[in-house]
Amino acid sequence: MMENYPKFTPEMKKTHKILIPNMAPVQFRILAAVMEQAGYTCELLENCGSQVSELGLKYVHNDTCYPALLVIGQFLDALASGKYDLDRTALIITQTGGGCRASNYIHLLRKALVKAGYPQVPVVSLNFSGLEKDSGFPMTAAFLRRLLAVVYYGDLLAALRAQTEPYEVRRGEAKALQEKWLDTVCGWIHRDKGWSNREMKEAMPVIAREFAAVPVRRVPKVKVGVVGEIYVKYSPLGNNGLEEFLRSQDCEVNLPGLMGFLQYCAYNPAQTARLYGGSFLEKIGPGLVLKYIEGMESVVLQVLRDNGYHAPLPFRELIKLTDGVIGTGDKMGEGWLLTAEMIELVRAGYENIVCAQPFGCLPNHICGKGMINKIRELYPQANITPIDYDPSATRVNQENRIKLMLAVARERLAEQAANRPEEAPRRAARPAPERLRGRAKAAV
Amino acid sequence: MKIGLDVGSTTIKCVVLDSADNIVYSTYERHFSHILEKSEELLRRVAGQYAPSGRAELAISGSAGMGMAESVGVPFVQEVFATRVAAGRLAPGADVVIELGGEDAKILFLTGGMEVRMNGSCAGGTGAFIDQMATLLKMTAGEMDAAAQKAEKTYTIASRCGVFAKSDVQPLINQGAKAADIAASIYQAVVNQTVAGLAQGRPIKGNILYLGGPLTFSGCLRESFDKTLGVSGTCPENSLLFVALGAAFCADQDFDISALADRLRQRGASETYRSQPPLFETQEEYEAFRARHARARVARAPFGPDYAAPVHIGIDSGSTTVKVAVIDQEARLLFTDYRPNLGNPVPLIREVLQRLYDEHPALHAASVTTTGYGEDLAKNAFHGDYGVVETVAHFTAARHFLPNVDFIIDIGGQDMKCFKIEDGAISNIFLNEACSSGCGSFLQTFAQALGRDVKEFARLGLFADRPVDLGSRCTVFMNSSVKQAQKDGASIENISAGLSISVVKNAIYKVIRASSPEELGRNVVVQGGTFYNEAVLRAFEKEMGVEVIRPDIAGLMGAFGAALYGRSKAAPGQSSALLSREGLESFTQETENRTCGLCGNNCQLTVNTFAGGETFISGNRCDRPITGKADSGERNLYAYKRKLILSYKPVPGKRGKIGLPLCLNMWELLPFWHTFFTKLGFAVYHSPLSSRDLYVKGQATIPSDTACFPAKLAHGHIQFLSGLGLDAVFYPCMTYNIDEGLGDNHYNCPVVAYYPEVIAGNCPEIKGTKFIYDYVGLHRPKDFTKKITAILQQHFPGISRSEVREAGDAAYAEYAHHMAQVRREGARIMEQARAEGRRIIVLAGRPYHVDPEVNHGIDTLITRFGAAVVTEDSVSGLVDKFPTTVLNQWTYHSRLYAAAKYCVEHRDCDLVQLVSFGCGVDAITTDETQSILQDGGKLYTELKIDEITNLGAVRIRLRSLFAALDEQE
Repeated sequence: MMENYPKFTPEMKKTHKILIPNMAPVQFRILAAVMEQAGYTCELLENCGSQVSELGLKYVHNDTCYPALLVIGQFLDALASGKYDLDRTALIITQTGGGCRASNYIHLLRKALVKAGYPQVPVVSLNFSGLEKDSGFPMTAAFLRRLLAVVYYGDLLAALRAQTEPYEVRRGEAKALQEKWLDTVCGWIHRDKGWSNREMKEAMPVIAREFAAVPVRRVPKVKVGVVGEIYVKYSPLGNNGLEEFLRSQDCEVNLPGLMGFLQYCAYNPAQTARLYGGSFLEKIGPGLVLKYIEGMESVVLQVLRDNGYHAPLPFRELIKLTDGVIGTGDKMGEGWLLTAEMIELVRAGYENIVCAQPFGCLPNHICGKGMINKIRELYPQANITPIDYDPSATRVNQENRIKLMLAVARERLAEQAANRPEEAPRRAARPAPERLRGRAKAAV
Repeated sequence: MKIGLDVGSTTIKCVVLDSADNIVYSTYERHFSHILEKSEELLRRVAGQYAPSGRAELAISGSAGMGMAESVGVPFVQEVFATRVAAGRLAPGADVVIELGGEDAKILFLTGGMEVRMNGSCAGGTGAFIDQMATLLKMTAGEMDAAAQKAEKTYTIASRCGVFAKSDVQPLINQGAKAADIAASIYQAVVNQTVAGLAQGRPIKGNILYLGGPLTFSGCLRESFDKTLGVSGTCPENSLLFVALGAAFCADQDFDISALADRLRQRGASETYRSQPPLFETQEEYEAFRARHARARVARAPFGPDYAAPVHIGIDSGSTTVKVAVIDQEARLLFTDYRPNLGNPVPLIREVLQRLYDEHPALHAASVTTTGYGEDLAKNAFHGDYGVVETVAHFTAARHFLPNVDFIIDIGGQDMKCFKIEDGAISNIFLNEACSSGCGSFLQTFAQALGRDVKEFARLGLFADRPVDLGSRCTVFMNSSVKQAQKDGASIENISAGLSISVVKNAIYKVIRASSPEELGRNVVVQGGTFYNEAVLRAFEKEMGVEVIRPDIAGLMGAFGAALYGRSKAAPGQSSALLSREGLESFTQETENRTCGLCGNNCQLTVNTFAGGETFISGNRCDRPITGKADSGERNLYAYKRKLILSYKPVPGKRGKIGLPLCLNMWELLPFWHTFFTKLGFAVYHSPLSSRDLYVKGQATIPSDTACFPAKLAHGHIQFLSGLGLDAVFYPCMTYNIDEGLGDNHYNCPVVAYYPEVIAGNCPEIKGTKFIYDYVGLHRPKDFTKKITAILQQHFPGISRSEVREAGDAAYAEYAHHMAQVRREGARIMEQARAEGRRIIVLAGRPYHVDPEVNHGIDTLITRFGAAVVTEDSVSGLVDKFPTTVLNQWTYHSRLYAAAKYCVEHRDCDLVQLVSFGCGVDAITTDETQSILQDGGKLYTELKIDEITNLGAVRIRLRSLFAALDEQE
């Protein structure tokens, strides 16, 4: 690799502010807290708008995937805003280091920085593959453990809100509760508290109980799962506010958590060694990491179940779902995990699925769009719609396609209700918002 | 009383049902984007006549109806769903519904597991596409249907998206193919697109229902579907109204219709779209702009009836127009002619030439130079003296206006050309790829769709207060952006301005990919007919932040440049070989289409025969139909590679027959696997070179229509193998490739690595055969034996580890031998070329680009220009690993960088990169390859290829490259 880009040196920890792109809004907020606790100054970027993708288009090859355009565009937009001292600002970007072109984002970002006139801004790589040794984020054991806490808390808070909100009697309660707990957890982290397994085991049931105490009316609703390329799956900037749109359509939305992706990343090296050969350590190491993660995973899942929420399958079970569908050697991008998540969602009753990907996403030709037929064969109830995201794909088109999926889903929901009259979907006592009422009815 | 309103992308449909669900009123009208007004008017009309109470149950459907329904609180029924509801009631026996709308294509599988499919966001419009094609043929949709009934043959037209197809159709028109045949081919392309994009492996059979405008109005289109699918579908009564009917059936909420119409009116008053600054703030600004541009005038001289001095004639036979310029010895303009190309340029040019002879009896033509798409045809037909590639013609003309020009952009009807000039030579060329032609005809098509003349439409935008921000991508996307803007209440003025700006943005950011205007140079000449459009001109200056020169003959620069070119080439006192007055008088042209048939390519030839029996053949990929001699391929390493691959034949063996699909990485690994399985006692069969036919046979099982063409071809190869009665088909998943030590890692790209998973999941035909697609790694030879033994033993008990080890050793040896042979032959070709003083082109791609159906004969085309062609992998081994600015982690791509480096180090080698459309990895490699070459002072040429079969643009690029190389020397 070329060596002539600015490095992120340890001294910069004191002098520089690190800008974080906003991929998963809930989880990344806690991530920012962890970084701050570790002594970094950082800021989670919230800037959005058309200029973000425009800057991306201007400084990155237009056929590069949409997340790269957006992340880089968001950085450039921030740097151009005048809010930051350009000589004391650094950027952080994740790097998975697999065969997908996403591993190249950091290089595209560095090229774009030079082209856009910010050659002095260093880029930090957040990766687990030992890439970018001179600019990598130092992965100390302590930092890693806090990172896990980020994901546990984040996934839990996201799941609790997602499963409460559509049914709440008083609108906004679940959201407020999530907000409250995000602040609380970030506060803990800042005081270097709350991230140990013991503390999480104590805190999580409390959190879940509070969500469970929100008054709800559990009427049957269309349940939608969202899978996809990790950025467009989570980031509202990337998916035109997909989660919000689905909520506005009176659906319960399930975005499988980030933990699965981390476990997938941890699992793959061992599988690679098993498939093609490798050292004993390569085969065994990841298993130990997974085992460690599993300890806390089971707590999160148990907490969900104990409070009457749907808990996803543990990772170990998730792997098995790929049997006869896709090989677990498919490890580029979201790879086999994406397929497994679709199957898990279908089996858990979230049979209506949006498979979100950047236009022309290479791994998703295989593990996303390429597997839909096979999943349908095995699970005829699967109602999957692939949606492409791109700077010029319009919201109208995307929403229209999703609405088609929802129309089919609503019809099935009505059929189910007709077959089981005792559970007929009553209209919620709370009147549906004006603009939703007609639609829900039209489809019944 | 129920009302269903279907607001589509181009039309609005309304039905009124009585209490027994009988249709009492229905209408189908174009809305010319006045969605809100039209809806309001319709509702008032209907309410007045059929709803005396003023109330009715109402639901809205249609792609443009969603936002509107939401904003006025009316239930929205998704249109595919509405179709299903209507089909369920009105055609209960139907199995499959095929519905084509203005911009959408849909297939509904009603029986055997209900499924609905809509075209992906890339697949483009269908009705709008047919309209666009009809415009191109200068016909109405009805005339096109009538014409297609007289068709004798069909041409291959790419079926991916409308823009691609357009670039196939245009050359057919230019080559003089019959309109009837083109019309039929267009319908067939629609069918292929629908089937390839939407069937996705599911057979379309049983009772088929045809719905929507195009299928209702065109019998030929229905026939094409019938023929392709082997069915006989029906187009039911009210086939245009199914969506509206479905909406009406779903309507169960009562509204006060006139109150609703009022709400629509209010809604129309609010604008909520994303806008940009206006083009002109004030009238004065506009006047100053006009005055400045009025100064760029060419010198002219009178051209009287008795004019007898020598003149030079330039003929630019472009994609949509024919332009002629006549200049005198001092390069003063005497005469110009500009007319639309009505399908066949030849009679038009003849007319102009005759006029010249008639009006100037003493005409002394010193030279005649042709350029443009129809360059060869015109030169042959009228005995022109010179042919010049259009880029050079444009450069010559631009230099005449601005001697220190360093950047030229030409936006014509169909194509966009930009070139950078350094040291008096073209140093870089950007042509629009077939996927982003936001050009003149694009504006024209939109103007027509919105019911305006293009000039008037452009003028509307000049003083628009809030131009719509439409982004910068291809026409198909633009359609939906415009749709959204209309929905959001943008005025036609603001849409017009927005479209003009988007043409410019498309050029700068998509075609040229500039990040700052400084990069493009400061001395800019803009030309091409599109720049007569002041909105586009203004938008370009604003976006670039520079004042540019637009010659007053902006649309004639090709012809003017050609004339200048002839003037510089002509010897003093020379007379042109141009047909004489009598020759023109008796000139005839006959056009015949036939299949060449001299080799497996089966090129569709268009043979023009002129008076005197001279013929001009086009459509050929090699010189064989002209010279009668086969291409020896001695200067073509691609041909050599094909020969090597095809030499692997099955040897009968004890373990039965095994098949290998000749697609993607198998193009390189065939020697390995063939040897491996032959040693193990299998008769190894592989699928043949790809062909159009092979592709079409497999296209129905492609699940992702945006994957690259080489990957899609895999389906055809599997289809082929499944018919051979094999015991097994072997196509392994391979995360890693062999490590050649050129990069930081040695991955395959995700598609190459895992495409076998897609085959296993989507190709029903393979279910009858054992399909072995396990994960295999060749990068660790020792582990390979162990792992592959375990895999094979599952399928073929009795295979022993030692047998496998032996076969593996032989396979690795054969692979090494194969690669060595390629390198050796490459070295020989280069040596010979150097001895003969030929140019050497490193045609850099991937191993599968050797497939003639993938590269469309570009390798042969280059050798026809006299150069020698070698592959990237024949030179990559001659370069040591070096640092790159991107993560260099794919084996095939590492070779590209190394090949680029080799070309930098060897002055007599130049690199041309083949890029398959949809290749995500090449978004990274192209930039890097380009910067390696340019840092080394070399030209970079990228050729984007897809299913598309026309080589016109490729030829221009290559000729421009050769012209620029000549100029440099």
